[in-house]
Amino acid sequence: MSSRHKIFAGWNSLWVIRGHLSRQTYLMFALAGMLLPLGAWWGVSVSGWMDKVFMPGPVDVLARTYTWFMDDDLMSDIWISTYRVVAGFTLSAVLAIPLGLMIGTYRPVQAMLEPLTDFIRYMPAVAFIPLVMLWVGIDESSKIAIIFIGTFFQMVLMVAEDVRRVPITQIEAAQTMGANRSEIVSLVIVPSAKPALLDTLRVTMGWAWTYLVVAELVAANSGLGYSILRAQRFMQTDKIFAGIILIGLIGLAIDQLFRWLHRKNFPWMYKK
Amino acid sequence: MNNKINIKAAGKTFGDGEGGIVALQDVNLGIASNEFVTFVGASGCGKSTLLRCIGGLESLSSGSIEIDGAAIDGPGVDRAMVFQHYSLYPWLTVTENIKFSRLLRAGREDITSADVEAASGRADALINLMGLNHVRDAYPNQLSGGMQQRVAIARALLPRPQILLMDEPFGALDAQTREVMHDLILHVSKLEKTTIVFVTHDVEEAIYLGQRVVVMAPRPGRIDSICPVDLPEKRDQDMKLSPGFLQQKKAILTRIRETAGMRTDYELLERMTRQAEQQNDMQ
Ligand SMILES: Nc1ncnc2c1ncn2[C@@H]1O[C@H](COP(=O)(O)OP(=O)(O)O)[C@@H](O)[C@H]1O
Ligand SMILES: [Mg+2]
Repeated sequence: MSSRHKIFAGWNSLWVIRGHLSRQTYLMFALAGMLLPLGAWWGVSVSGWMDKVFMPGPVDVLARTYTWFMDDDLMSDIWISTYRVVAGFTLSAVLAIPLGLMIGTYRPVQAMLEPLTDFIRYMPAVAFIPLVMLWVGIDESSKIAIIFIGTFFQMVLMVAEDVRRVPITQIEAAQTMGANRSEIVSLVIVPSAKPALLDTLRVTMGWAWTYLVVAELVAANSGLGYSILRAQRFMQTDKIFAGIILIGLIGLAIDQLFRWLHRKNFPWMYKK
Repeated sequence: MNNKINIKAAGKTFGDGEGGIVALQDVNLGIASNEFVTFVGASGCGKSTLLRCIGGLESLSSGSIEIDGAAIDGPGVDRAMVFQHYSLYPWLTVTENIKFSRLLRAGREDITSADVEAASGRADALINLMGLNHVRDAYPNQLSGGMQQRVAIARALLPRPQILLMDEPFGALDAQTREVMHDLILHVSKLEKTTIVFVTHDVEEAIYLGQRVVVMAPRPGRIDSICPVDLPEKRDQDMKLSPGFLQQKKAILTRIRETAGMRTDYELLERMTRQAEQQNDMQ
């Protein structure tokens, strides 16, 4: 077999539908996926195609991040934004999980609350901002309230769906073993739905960051979102880039944390 | 009569009015203590519904089901159930699954440490009986379908139920695994002295396992006939090829075919064959 033929066969085998990649090949593609856009960005910025004021390069953004860190108190912006997200998200989760559990378990609760939640979910959370500002002012609680409004209603419905996905045979098996209602909820439904619940939390955490930026763009004087807005006023595009990338990185880190928690708490899902 | 289970004029209708489905109509049957009864019939004839009614997971529309003379009302620890699949708890190990009923408060307010001890001993005994010793700390999704059903049976047996209800428990297993499970469940039936009600769509399985085979018919779901099985008590796989066995299998299959109302349309098949041949000729 000629070596050219071999390479061709290897190339073809990469494109098997739902195929399999070796870890090494996978990492190579992943790295290429990260580096290519970065390279393109760098290329555009040094080519002088676009004015540096509108299109700063990766180096400018790094430099700006450094001065932001040294002179402009980057850490406190990160801290206050993270605090708002975590507070709004936690409040949302603490209320949504028991409510979703009830909706997914008991039909009357579902009948009473699900249509209502479905309706509110379609009201744009952003449009509540003026109302929130009138009601709670522009202190910390208004930002937390906006994140709450943005995530809570979605979360309730997703939790309810997670709970409803618990196989009925798991519940019936417990019934035939003599489990009463509260035992079925605590010993079957909750542990069975837990992995899906953690995934729901991971996904809604992403939305919480989106609503944070919205809240900070209109009603704040600190935080990453606010810094982005102010940077626009001063034409500091490099700072806008830095802010956006930082939010992305923090989001990615939290996402990875949730995935780690998933593997740690549900080892049975990963054993085969 | 001194039956373990008495089904009296049992009826079950799903929905009401015009669109109602009569899943069970006037079902009467007595099942003796420590009997092994199997139910077969075309799909939709109400086998699962009847089993679920005995288990208390579904309530009858009319008639009654009595255990030792007392009408049932909902599920009870005297009746254990084994489902076709997805009933194990994937977050618990094999041993934890088997001991699950020990976590439940029902009927154990006055539990003593001796009872707990006894339960652990019982779990060990069942793990050995079911050949699960080497996987006792594994999780269900690490096991083959056959092993998972062994766990499900052990879990059902732990509280010493008087009645074991099984709904196509081996329906998803391959033929070889099934044969092993058949001999295992017969062994269990003898050892544990449980009354077993076993639903299947496999006639061979029904005859091999059952002391009686109850044939059900659909629309409305009802008992069509009851066939006592004439095989030596100690079953053996070779019996499946004996003339008596095959004869009974044929008789039951014919009965199911007749009641199912589904027949092969030989005329249509012939026409299709002819058309295909014509097309071949034209080419
Ligand atoms: N929960 C239900 N709601 C409505 N119809 C049902 C329900 N369960 C079963 N049925 C109907 O009752 C009939 C008997 O079903 P089943 O007992 O599952 O049959 P089998 O197990 O013999 O295949 C079928 O026509 C089925 O569609
Ligand atoms: Mg069925």
